[in-house]
Amino acid sequence: MARKKKKVPEINASSMADISFLLLIFFLVTTTMDTDSGITRRLPPPVENPDMDVKVKERNILNVMINKYDKLMVNGKPCDISELKDKTKVFITPNPNDEKSPEIEMKDIEFIGSFMTNKGVVSLKNDRGTSYQMYIAVQNELAKAFNELREEVAWRYFQQHYADMTDKDKIDAVNKAVPVRVSEAEPEEIK
Amino acid sequence: MAKFRKKGGKEVPAISTGSMPDIIFMLIFFFMVTTSMRETTLKVKMRLPEATEVQKLEKKSLVSFIYIGPPTNAKLYGTESRIQLNDQYARIDDIIPFIEQERLDRAEADRPLLTTSLKIHEEVRMGLVTDVKQELRKCGAFRINYSVRKGE
Repeated sequence: MARKKKKVPEINASSMADISFLLLIFFLVTTTMDTDSGITRRLPPPVENPDMDVKVKERNILNVMINKYDKLMVNGKPCDISELKDKTKVFITPNPNDEKSPEIEMKDIEFIGSFMTNKGVVSLKNDRGTSYQMYIAVQNELAKAFNELREEVAWRYFQQHYADMTDKDKIDAVNKAVPVRVSEAEPEEIK
Repeated sequence: MAKFRKKGGKEVPAISTGSMPDIIFMLIFFFMVTTSMRETTLKVKMRLPEATEVQKLEKKSLVSFIYIGPPTNAKLYGTESRIQLNDQYARIDDIIPFIEQERLDRAEADRPLLTTSLKIHEEVRMGLVTDVKQELRKCGAFRINYSVRKGE
């Protein structure tokens, strides 16, 4: 009764490795932790004496206000967000020949030497009803203006793009030449 | 010709690749387990605003997160924007103890470098954000980062 047993053909397992490789690569690619990125800012320390205002000359301030309808006002004039970057850039670019633009201060900066820095401050005010989206949009435009100016300085003095710079000292030098001066007012109701 | 044939007969036995899938599977499991995001379950809606001028957050271990947005379960909690710290809703007064706790959890040398990342839904009103910022100022957490989506 020696019946010949029917052999089940073996399943070829050699492609299993490929399949699992595929899975591995899939996981490797998809589980990239979403790198957190955002706009970094420094909050000012709390004021000890709220009644004591620091007097800043009017020509050194760029007033940016956002009301609760997300409308923008720059130095008392209504403004569209698309113009904000250019206005800010004009404001923060050192311009020694203009009486109305902010004051200039000569500074000695390492690697750059004597450099005209601008004493201008962007003052940002918002209403409690302003949407966060608009606020970030404005912050973004301001950051863009500062970054463009930094880019110009980086290119002029180091022949490098600001974003590509790796030398910490040089980055510091550019940051010192173009400091981000955005001041946020103490909260108050604006109409 | 015969010479060659003779040589060909002495073949090195093929390395068994049978265990290869197991090794790879092990790797998969390793990656699946280790890359489990240690993110808190969000109880608020989170749609970040878009911005172009973004900077990367450098050290993830030195970041504490504050989430603000309208609750996901609107039927239960309404639509008013809420603050979420860790895994629960919090009030504005809870921020200072939260930051203190976050500081205690870090090594002493790292404490001044602690950054607070504000993850805020784009429709939140600035009133609440300003209140949170005031609290952060009070307890000396000056380094903040407005978390955004990178847009064009």
